[in-house]
Amino acid sequence: MKRFLSAALFFVVLLFLWQAFFRAKIWSPVLLPSPLQVANYLKGAIEDGTLGHATVITMRRLLIGYFIGIVVGLPLGLLIARWNLLRDTLGTTALGLQTLPSVCWVPLALLWFGQTEAAMLFVVVMGTLWSVIIATETGVRNVPPIYRRAALTMGSKRLHIWLKVILPASLPFIVSGMKQGWAFAWRSLMAAEIFVTILTGFGLGQLLHYGRELSAMDQVIAIMLVIVVIGLLADKIFFSPIEKFLHRRWGTSQA
Amino acid sequence: MRRLAARSSSASQELEVIAPSKLAIDNVSKSFQSASGTVLALDHVSLQVDEGEFVCLVGASGCGKTTLLNIIAGLEKPDSGNVLADGKPITSPGRDRLVMFQEPALFPWLDVFGNVLFGLKLKPNLTNKDRRDVAKYYLELVGLTRFERANIHELSGGMKQRVALARALAPNPRVLLMDEPFAALDALTREQLYGDLQRIWEERKKTIVFVTHNVREAACLGERVLLFSPHPGRIQEEFAVDLPRPRDINSVDLAGYATKIIRSLRKFSEERREDGR
Repeated sequence: MKRFLSAALFFVVLLFLWQAFFRAKIWSPVLLPSPLQVANYLKGAIEDGTLGHATVITMRRLLIGYFIGIVVGLPLGLLIARWNLLRDTLGTTALGLQTLPSVCWVPLALLWFGQTEAAMLFVVVMGTLWSVIIATETGVRNVPPIYRRAALTMGSKRLHIWLKVILPASLPFIVSGMKQGWAFAWRSLMAAEIFVTILTGFGLGQLLHYGRELSAMDQVIAIMLVIVVIGLLADKIFFSPIEKFLHRRWGTSQA
Repeated sequence: MRRLAARSSSASQELEVIAPSKLAIDNVSKSFQSASGTVLALDHVSLQVDEGEFVCLVGASGCGKTTLLNIIAGLEKPDSGNVLADGKPITSPGRDRLVMFQEPALFPWLDVFGNVLFGLKLKPNLTNKDRRDVAKYYLELVGLTRFERANIHELSGGMKQRVALARALAPNPRVLLMDEPFAALDALTREQLYGDLQRIWEERKKTIVFVTHNVREAACLGERVLLFSPHPGRIQEEFAVDLPRPRDINSVDLAGYATKIIRSLRKFSEERREDGR
């Protein structure tokens, strides 16, 4: 409770500072709206459904692309860890492409898929895939060989060893790879939505973009806040419990 | 056997004391490539282990005793020679011969109960209830019933090895292969485990091959102690330990046996130094 109160106090002070800057009129109110203006925009956007609609569209793109990235990346990572030939070829490719900021895929995606949902998905998948592959491979290679030997003597064989020993043993690595993939995907999707107008649906990035076009800073800041909150929620609701579980099981930290 | 009445008939069947295996190691050789050339880890080693016998392999590190254990486990293949369990050649690992390693090698993603259950899940013809009953029985046998839901990292070193022992015993193997399982434990914990292991051996009737570099430990546990010499790995001498059980590691009689073995060990390494080897 004490921790909650001090955190709450922190954010209240932050809001207060914002209001103070607005009052001081250092910047024009067009450039720095007050917290109240932003709140008003948010209220309006929630009431007329714009915000909910945009959030649903963005999250759908993100979740589908992220899901594809994991479903494809996880087995690929396992295969790369298993066969040296794949490690030298696909593994190196994945390592290289992981260093490429996934926004860089946007021009290519546009030319290949046009201004469609497919282009958006492609960018998200490219953001997720390589991180998941690399993390899975690293995880598998860090599994102590003794686990495998112990499982072998208990009668575990090929596929069973991979599913029941190697995969769970690499979980800490895989989860951190999934988290990184999530961050990459989220960033690249926002960038793609800001760059490209897709007629099949306006996501959060597009709302941000039109806010800029209309010089509506209250809209821009409001959408930025929404993006931050979604990122926080994803961490608290999805990743945090998994990480806590892993820490508790493995005894890696007192989180 | 304890508390059998509460279990289903198939679980009781699974818990039955089964006949231990007889092991025959015949002329087994194995060499490794290392930076300093070829190392002959085992040089024409032959050895018979009777059904239900408790045999200890002692020797300095690098004398091939662990290699022999791995070969019996089926984790490594000999360059030449035959290894038979109950007359059948050993070609791969199998749950009739379970191994306990120096590190507990417990799976950190499972709790204590899950670890003991792991090998049982690989046994067909058991219901899940049977598996749980069997796992509970062995956790009771090693005295860890209270900790069945604990995470592995929460256990002490001695408790971890007890879980590893329960995990190795649970699929009811005929042979238990133990590779310096108590080497990393403190003396007090070790002494408790000597008692536990002797009791379990008598209760569950397993053939046990136990590798150690601790001569006293070998004399305390084994009915027969085989002294290994390194480079090339050979069985140098054999001692029968004829003491009643349960044996106490600190007893005077036991010290007598240990002294005899150590003397032989020392004599051999001195001869070797004189040979300039």
